[in-house]
Amino acid sequence: MIPAQFDYLAPTTVEEALAALAQHGDEAKILAGGQSLLPVLRMRLNAPEMVIDLGKITSLRGVRDDGDAIVVGAMTQHSVVGSDPLVAEHAALVSKAVEHLADVQIRHRGTFGGALAHADPAGDLGAPALALGAQFVIQGPGGTRTVPAEEFFVDLFETAIGEDEILTEVRLPKHTGWGAHYEKFVRVAHQWPIVAVAAAVRLEGGTIAEARVGLTNMGNTPVRAHAVEQALVGQPATPDGVRDAAARAAEGTNPPSDLNGDADYRRHLATVLTRRAVLTAAGATG
Amino acid sequence: MTATEARPEAEAPEREIGRERRRKEDQRLITGRTRWTDNIQLPGMLHLAMVRSPFAHARITSIDTTEAKQSPNVVDVVTGQDLAETQGVLINAWPITPDQKTPTHLPVAIDRVAFAGEIVAVVVARSAAEARDAAELVDVEYDELPAALDLKEAAADTVLAHPDLGSNKSAYWVFDSGEAGTGGNVDEAIAQARESGGIVLEREYRQQRLIPAFMEPRSTVVDPTGEQLTVWSATQIPHILRFALAATTGIPESKLRVIAPDVGGGFGGKLQTTPEEWITVALARRTGKPVKYTETRSESLIAAHHGRDQWQKLTLAADREGNVTGLKVELLADLGAYVSLVGGGVPVLGAFMFNAIYKFPAYHFAVQTVLTNKTWTDAYRGAGRPEATFAIERLMDELAAEVGVDPLEIRERNWIKHEEFPFTTVAGLEYDSGNYEAATERAKEMFGYDELRAEQRRRRESGDPVQLGIGVSTFTEMCGLAPSRVLGQLDYGAGGWEHASVRMLATGKVEVVTGASAHGQGHETAFSQIVADRLGVPFEDVEVLHGDTQVAPKGLDTYGSRSLVVGGEALVKASDKVVEKAKTVAAHLLEASADDLDFSGGRFTVRGTDQGVAIQEIATAVFAAHNLPDGMEPSLDSDATFDPVNFNYPHGTHLCAMEIDTETGALHMRKYVCVDDIGNVINPLIVSGQVHGGLVQGIAQALWEEAVYDESGTLVSGSFVDYLLPTSADTISFEVDHTTTPSLTNTLGTKGVGEAGTIASTPAVVNAVVDAVRHLGITDIRMPCTPERVWRAIQDAGSGTEATTGAAAPHFDASTGMEGTVDRTAGAQDGAQQ
Ligand SMILES: Cc1cc2nc3c(=O)[nH]c(=O)nc-3n(C[C@H](O)[C@H](O)[C@H](O)COP(=O)(O)OP(=O)(O)OC[C@H]3O[C@@H](n4cnc5c(N)ncnc54)[C@H](O)[C@@H]3O)c2cc1C
Repeated sequence: MIPAQFDYLAPTTVEEALAALAQHGDEAKILAGGQSLLPVLRMRLNAPEMVIDLGKITSLRGVRDDGDAIVVGAMTQHSVVGSDPLVAEHAALVSKAVEHLADVQIRHRGTFGGALAHADPAGDLGAPALALGAQFVIQGPGGTRTVPAEEFFVDLFETAIGEDEILTEVRLPKHTGWGAHYEKFVRVAHQWPIVAVAAAVRLEGGTIAEARVGLTNMGNTPVRAHAVEQALVGQPATPDGVRDAAARAAEGTNPPSDLNGDADYRRHLATVLTRRAVLTAAGATG
Repeated sequence: MTATEARPEAEAPEREIGRERRRKEDQRLITGRTRWTDNIQLPGMLHLAMVRSPFAHARITSIDTTEAKQSPNVVDVVTGQDLAETQGVLINAWPITPDQKTPTHLPVAIDRVAFAGEIVAVVVARSAAEARDAAELVDVEYDELPAALDLKEAAADTVLAHPDLGSNKSAYWVFDSGEAGTGGNVDEAIAQARESGGIVLEREYRQQRLIPAFMEPRSTVVDPTGEQLTVWSATQIPHILRFALAATTGIPESKLRVIAPDVGGGFGGKLQTTPEEWITVALARRTGKPVKYTETRSESLIAAHHGRDQWQKLTLAADREGNVTGLKVELLADLGAYVSLVGGGVPVLGAFMFNAIYKFPAYHFAVQTVLTNKTWTDAYRGAGRPEATFAIERLMDELAAEVGVDPLEIRERNWIKHEEFPFTTVAGLEYDSGNYEAATERAKEMFGYDELRAEQRRRRESGDPVQLGIGVSTFTEMCGLAPSRVLGQLDYGAGGWEHASVRMLATGKVEVVTGASAHGQGHETAFSQIVADRLGVPFEDVEVLHGDTQVAPKGLDTYGSRSLVVGGEALVKASDKVVEKAKTVAAHLLEASADDLDFSGGRFTVRGTDQGVAIQEIATAVFAAHNLPDGMEPSLDSDATFDPVNFNYPHGTHLCAMEIDTETGALHMRKYVCVDDIGNVINPLIVSGQVHGGLVQGIAQALWEEAVYDESGTLVSGSFVDYLLPTSADTISFEVDHTTTPSLTNTLGTKGVGEAGTIASTPAVVNAVVDAVRHLGITDIRMPCTPERVWRAIQDAGSGTEATTGAAAPHFDASTGMEGTVDRTAGAQDGAQQ
């Protein structure tokens, strides 16, 4: 597993990185944690001439509180996000999703921004980001723009990030006090989810006042289960209250078929996992 | 050299055998600061990269190497045609019938490829990276041919894997107890059961294809610069490799030195002579320079041999109470594209084990081996015996269900009772020792069998969405390959003896040379313990040498749980010879008669006196040779070659509890208990390691692993993303114990343990899965029991046996992070062909 030869740059500022990107155009690839890019290079599925490593740009790392949002730098490793108290308090859904993402080694290398930019619909971060209404901050030669999650995920492995742009940070709107759960269905622990469901709920008394539900690996992009969310509002947080709403989870989805299951099986899983995710998020069990 | 006082009896040194010694080899193996083949760097060494066929079956119409040859630092690019006969040929050492169809297996294909991954050209360059770059530039044109992929269709000769052979059917091998005189006629037994209202169970099971997936990819380094050609290879079988190289390349055996340095696992996957080894030898000779080839993981998964892959058709006859009266086994075994070193023989190794621990009066076994256009198959941990054990243990559960009794009850009705040993089976083997009652009793107690059955009933009655199943496997196996005479009767190309030497060094240290070739098992520790005990020297003073044909010139290597039971016994015999020789010297030095000497704790003492001398002191005296008995050769060193008269037969009772989430099909292992009888234990810690690892490998066949090909013959599960290997995160803590009936076929009383866990655990798990949902009308779920299959079985109540289809999951994509649309499957398939 030897990649084809490439040149390598490790800039220390976003501006330098952008300049390098502009210079090399589509011959360049951004390197974040390398957990997706390096296998691609080693299997020679791609052979960029220039690899631009963001690892030395310290401004892209870390988590901060910015009023109504928690801001996660693109180069913050999964392990840092997973143990960050701000994320746990205000965007618990992300903490839960990171907990079971890949394995320990990969969580120490892989980055929040890299995983989202990679846009694998089986990736664990897309659904929580979508469910929480994350905002993606993208910097390019023309300056900085902010893209909402619904527009960020375009297709399989395709995002709104332009060829000459870099994802710098992700803003997670605060969902303080919401219950959250990420229900991931796998055959072995280090696997990408066959299907996963990200659910966050705000309770008033024993009733669901608001719900956010995102689905992983149920289409070419992460999917927001709007029908479920709407049907949950006003329901008691009990198995009976949640069951009918959860049954709508597969509506409008287009899941893949692969060795771990076909599309029908995935649609079925989505409904069961949604019920469980919502109930666990609500502190009930089902 | 002084004769010192005898130590009092009470201070006799602690016995090494039975001690939980930590493995002395682990420090270097785990840190990697050791001689893995790929760590070897020789001056001026060149590197190889292979160009492999992306097609399962194709004619090679042209190979253009011009551009590759011009690539930087490329020394040569060769095709099969260029190498011609200098490349030698790969052998099949076990033609199971005289008329077996065996396609010629060239290391580099010349005009036709027979599986995706077969080598068609080789690049030699100054660095591995440059070789890989140039390999991309070799332009091969193929004419694709129809490929024989599905085992059953291939057996019907619908498409030919090798058109010139005229048929895919390689060999048909039969054992019949009626004909052999070891039992009755099975067809009569079946007819009798049918007529008399007895039970006839007909079942068909699939043994999916597996990939050994050893940790260290295969690697070979060849140095042609001395008088002898030195070959380092990550192999289980340096001695067999040397023999096969000599036999097929024209290099005299005496000009070949083969070294298996530290080898990172094999599981049978390195019990092979490989195209890559032959090619590395050929190119070292061609270039006159040291050459290295190390495969990538992707290459390892597509081109190193696979295991299992059988269809098993079974007919079991019994009376109404479930007393078995006959067993008929008809197998189809997928050889893949070539008949590998012992590949055709793997199902034959299972032939003697389908009857297992049960007293079948009549037995018939037949296997048809079949050529297909897939990766060649051969031994994988257990080789033939896991397949047999799976089938019979699944069947015994089905029989219990049919009769309506507990699965343990049906086994007890049919198994060999402990007082019936030695017992000659319907397959003609003599089981020397065992006690199935004792192992089962202990396992039930540890498992809490009755409580779990009660819980199972409660869950069924309440319609709990999570159902509980209990699986049983009361396995036995034949291991310790093998009595040479038996191997000869089976037309195997070699014997099964093992050799050992014990050398007493001048300083009193001991060098032990074994012909067994460890690749992670812990031979160095276990063998040190045996010799330390035998000679009465400290454990630390014993050095175990192996895996180099110049250091250990005689040997038959490591596989088939043979190292301890065959190789260990050779060591005992060699050690005893050393003691005998030392005794003569001791008598001379102590001026006593040899008959008056006792030997204990490494010291010879004159009975009834305080006069004594240590064996390590004697070693020094013999080195000096100043004062030896008249006519004695100044050496204590001794050799022994041991050829067992019988296999040995570990057995055990394994109990598994599985929880099945009926809503999703998810499977969760709740409890796993095993009580194995492996005779006397040399090192309990090593045994635990073998049992735990073995269990996980067998459980993995039940639940996770499967090599899947698509309709064009591409291995879809061509990376560890899709070929699911479990890690510790996926397994529970097993509860392991032992009962002991020492083997009578070696003086240590040991039985093999290397494969036991793998052989036993697969049916225990699948039986538990089926047991959890049997009340829903389900009688089988195909391996691996995926959540999807379990869920579908529950939906359709009765099925769950459909083949795995579908593409790989494309997590690493060509366009990673770039714009543009992507074919989800294309990227992953390209990956599999690298
Ligand atoms: C064995 C294995 C198992 C895994 N299992 C899981 C799992 O269960 N769940 C899961 O979610 N993920 C899993 N992953 C993927 C993991 O999360 C990776 O960390 C992630 O996909 C990529 O992050 P990275 O930082 O390594 O990015 P890289 O691999 O460095 O980059 C990925 C892609 O994104 C682009 N990119 C990276 N950063 C930026 C940026 N700031 N701006 C623009 N483009 C950028 C790169 O150019 C590249 O194309 C697994 C990976 C492996 C190897």
